[in-house]
Amino acid sequence: MTDDPRRTGLYDLHLSLGARMVPFAGWEMPVQYPMGVMAEHLHTRAKAGLFDVSHMGQVLVTPREGDMAAAALALERLIPADVLGLAPGRQRYGLFTNHAGGIGDDLMFANRGDHFLLVVNAACAAQDIAHLRTLEGVQVTPVTDRGLLALQGPLAAEVLARLVPAVAAMRFMDSQVHAWNGVELWVSRSGYTGEDGFEVSVPEARLRDFAQGLLDQPEVAPIGLGARDSLRLEAGMPLYGHDMDAGVTPGQAALGWSIPKVRRAGGARAGGFPGADAVLAELAQGPAAVRRGLRPEGRAPIREGVAIFADAEGGEAIGHVSSGGFGPSVGGPVAMARLPAGLPDGATVHAELRGKRIPVAIAPLPFITPSYKR
Amino acid sequence: MLKYTEDHEWLRAEGDEIVVGITPHASEQLGDVVFIELPEEGREVQAGDEVVVIESVKAASDIAAPVSGVITAVNGALADAPGQVNDDALSAWFFRIKPTDAGAMDGFMDEAAYQALIG
Repeated sequence: MTDDPRRTGLYDLHLSLGARMVPFAGWEMPVQYPMGVMAEHLHTRAKAGLFDVSHMGQVLVTPREGDMAAAALALERLIPADVLGLAPGRQRYGLFTNHAGGIGDDLMFANRGDHFLLVVNAACAAQDIAHLRTLEGVQVTPVTDRGLLALQGPLAAEVLARLVPAVAAMRFMDSQVHAWNGVELWVSRSGYTGEDGFEVSVPEARLRDFAQGLLDQPEVAPIGLGARDSLRLEAGMPLYGHDMDAGVTPGQAALGWSIPKVRRAGGARAGGFPGADAVLAELAQGPAAVRRGLRPEGRAPIREGVAIFADAEGGEAIGHVSSGGFGPSVGGPVAMARLPAGLPDGATVHAELRGKRIPVAIAPLPFITPSYKR
Repeated sequence: MLKYTEDHEWLRAEGDEIVVGITPHASEQLGDVVFIELPEEGREVQAGDEVVVIESVKAASDIAAPVSGVITAVNGALADAPGQVNDDALSAWFFRIKPTDAGAMDGFMDEAAYQALIG
């Protein structure tokens, strides 16, 4: 292992575009381009933004005997989702759980006919792969010769279809293989911004050409990690390592929706994943604390770590902000925190900022209305 | 003529007061400014006291009083339009201060020295 951060296949392109590069999860990634975080965010919501997400882990899980049902059941030993019921060409969101019922990582998994494609967080990839390799009957192959791009925004489909016409017919969470200039693209209609859009896995050798082909379209601007964070925050999407981690359960992270009835108590394939007893019992009775949206009064952002109190004075903290910042599309600060269950939307709590308590309204998530093409 | 502090503030003498803002270099480093908290007019401050909070899309930063004195005015328009700091940092003044010491402007950098600092 080296301490030097890794570089994606687009490192030189980022520099040529004037990106400010920062270390992120062991990689050197663009945090913003000269356009700036605010304009990049708004551009993505108005047109189309191109994100380099090549740091994320792409992993193939292939049944050794060709039996996809067996491979699906193997994955269900680690992921409390309906993997078996996922049709070919479709993708779902899921979680890896640990033995305490906490979340080991969150991921996307796609049924690609004769194998599954998983996309996991960069910081968790090595651990996820190690866990996957404990499964019997499947071959686990990290994809090391492909980059990953996300094209997000209301014009993403129109733009991508100029290069790859077949994507126009894809629906939200479809996962398909398409040809572009003689190479195979792995395309899913999904993303992490609350906008319609695509994630495209591209062979490393052609990654820069493909990215340039998208950037040549007048609607497309390159978007850095700064805007990626504010976009996903407005979209109410939790970020691993911040809004959830190994000590936070699916119920507490408000991700119980990713665990369908078939995997819950009384379901045909109930449990059978790490921490199942704790996770399912908590979902049945309701978690004591749960991830909520917050809208602070005024313009001051409340960021990760800020303490939340029930009252304007005194008392103990009832939670801490897990992600927070300014929402450019909302036009004000937005945040998320795990707070005691039962607080109604619109209830007022207080954030302690620089020694003063600011009123904060509990708000429904997401903060913006997503525009997925279902 | 503008003077500069090591904290990337610009200072402009006007009569017996000093007008204070942040430099274009500082505003670029901060990124998009989304919130500014200004001091109260009439407040007596010591040099180095944190008198302004600036929140950008990235982080919170403080602006220190460059000299000791009394805050005589603040630019309230920034509270509603903090992005002015990014649009034109040299026009987006934060506050005016009447220094206790009449020679207070003397020790600060001139334009050439500041440009050398930020390279």
